[in-house]
Amino acid sequence: MNANIYRHEFRARLRSVLIWSLALTLLTLFFFAMFPVFADQAALMNEMLAKFPRELLVAFGMENMDLATVLGFYSLIFFFIQLCLAIQASNYGFGLVSIEESELTADFLLSKPVSRTQVLTSKLLAALTSLLLTNVVVWVSTFVAISLFREGRAYDLATLLLLLASLLIFQLFFLSVGLVISLLVKRVRSVTPYALGLAFGAYVLAAFSGVFGDVGLELITPFKHLDATYIVQHGAYDAPLVLLNVAVSLVALAASYWLYIRRDIPAVS
Amino acid sequence: MSVIEVTKLTKYYGKARGIVDVSFGVEEGEIFGFIGPNGAGKSTTIRLLLSLIHPSSGSAKVFGKDVVGHGPEIRRDIGYLPSEVYYYEGMKVNDLLKYSASFFNGDHTQRMHELSETMELDLGRRISDLSYGNKKKVGIVQGLLHSPKLLFLDEPTAGLDPLMQRKFFDLIREENARGVTVFFSSHILGEVQRLCSRVGIIREGSIVEISDIRALQQNNYKKVRVTAEGLDAASFDLPGVTNMQAENGALQFFFKGDINAVLQRISAVQVADLTIEEPTLEEIFMHYYE
Repeated sequence: MNANIYRHEFRARLRSVLIWSLALTLLTLFFFAMFPVFADQAALMNEMLAKFPRELLVAFGMENMDLATVLGFYSLIFFFIQLCLAIQASNYGFGLVSIEESELTADFLLSKPVSRTQVLTSKLLAALTSLLLTNVVVWVSTFVAISLFREGRAYDLATLLLLLASLLIFQLFFLSVGLVISLLVKRVRSVTPYALGLAFGAYVLAAFSGVFGDVGLELITPFKHLDATYIVQHGAYDAPLVLLNVAVSLVALAASYWLYIRRDIPAVS
Repeated sequence: MSVIEVTKLTKYYGKARGIVDVSFGVEEGEIFGFIGPNGAGKSTTIRLLLSLIHPSSGSAKVFGKDVVGHGPEIRRDIGYLPSEVYYYEGMKVNDLLKYSASFFNGDHTQRMHELSETMELDLGRRISDLSYGNKKKVGIVQGLLHSPKLLFLDEPTAGLDPLMQRKFFDLIREENARGVTVFFSSHILGEVQRLCSRVGIIREGSIVEISDIRALQQNNYKKVRVTAEGLDAASFDLPGVTNMQAENGALQFFFKGDINAVLQRISAVQVADLTIEEPTLEEIFMHYYE
């Protein structure tokens, strides 16, 4: 860990963190502001949803969702929060070392007296700090939104905390998988397409996994590992899937160190 | 003491050749010139020594330590000026230089200001607003500000105007006078001739010659030009004759060896004109590359 690199990396991402945080706050507040209307018309709402084809509901993760309850409605928003955080985290993951290489500043950094391990650790910690900040903002805006708009309706705090806590595991997955993919390909020219690809790819897998029934797709996508509907329904994580998620993240991290230490930094061509 | 010791260093990028079986040594306090055309493997060699890339086989030591295992330690005393300079575009020059200095022990602010003044570098500007030449100046200051013991200069003068080039050379000579070892890679022979004491010539990934620059110029090669009737290339069919060219009844060639052998052949014919001179480094160089 090198404090200079950490500080430099953290500053470089600060603007992005602020924008994501603002977007997520607005998303949560505006979306949840509609909750009272939904809750009042609950019977009508659930009747309408019942007429939708089951496949469609499953694809949007709404099959077992009760939009009349605080957490039921929140898990609908939660899915969008997940999607945003997935894009943000994969963005940081893919860009962690590849931006330095595509903008050709890697030579500057790596000709300094620091080891590759130090460089990667400092960068990872800086990215994690950025993700954690965004995470905290999500927590705060969630609590603010719920207390503003729940209008006295009760909810289970423990379940909400479980939901929110799952976000960090979720972010870590996309950060580390993004990183390891960026080290496996020869050169990442532009980070955004990769990041969107990974985030939406994982989402699409989750959607299809519901539509086609039991085909095992839930094993490979974090949207299923940490499915809000499941957590709300059971008041608990799907433990084996969460463990799988964490295991994949850790393997990706370990592989990233292994690859980065041995990596040939591409020269200007 | 050898500051750099390279032994049979080989680097392949997949199947593409980087360098093959390169061996040489650089002594403490010397300015070692490393010449070759683009793509010969100059940058590859420097990048291997900085452990930016890893060797396929062979080994290299800097300050007596293996570059693969002791990279961070070695780089504490290294200054590196890459051939193409790229820095964090959003940063100000001042912040970038401070960031660079922060990796080294001690306070380097004063040296940073001295160097920027010498190179006429404006510290308040943004990297993204700088011209190529100005970025190069940032590179020079960045490479020197922590007073390294060994300098890697990879085609350092590209983009600098002649006045700045001279200042830069003065700076390098000053550093060298303080005992700094310099590894100077270039494809421009004039500058190598001006600065270096020894030179290694690399071609298609292999070292073709390592020699004292004066020895290379004076002792080994003579450029001979003879004008006489009835001459053909066969008249000088001697070991040591290379680069034979015939034009307008005159013969021109390089000769390495005992000059008397050539003189004997010349005395056998009626000579109209004769010159024997030192070839320029440029000509020696071309000779290696043909």
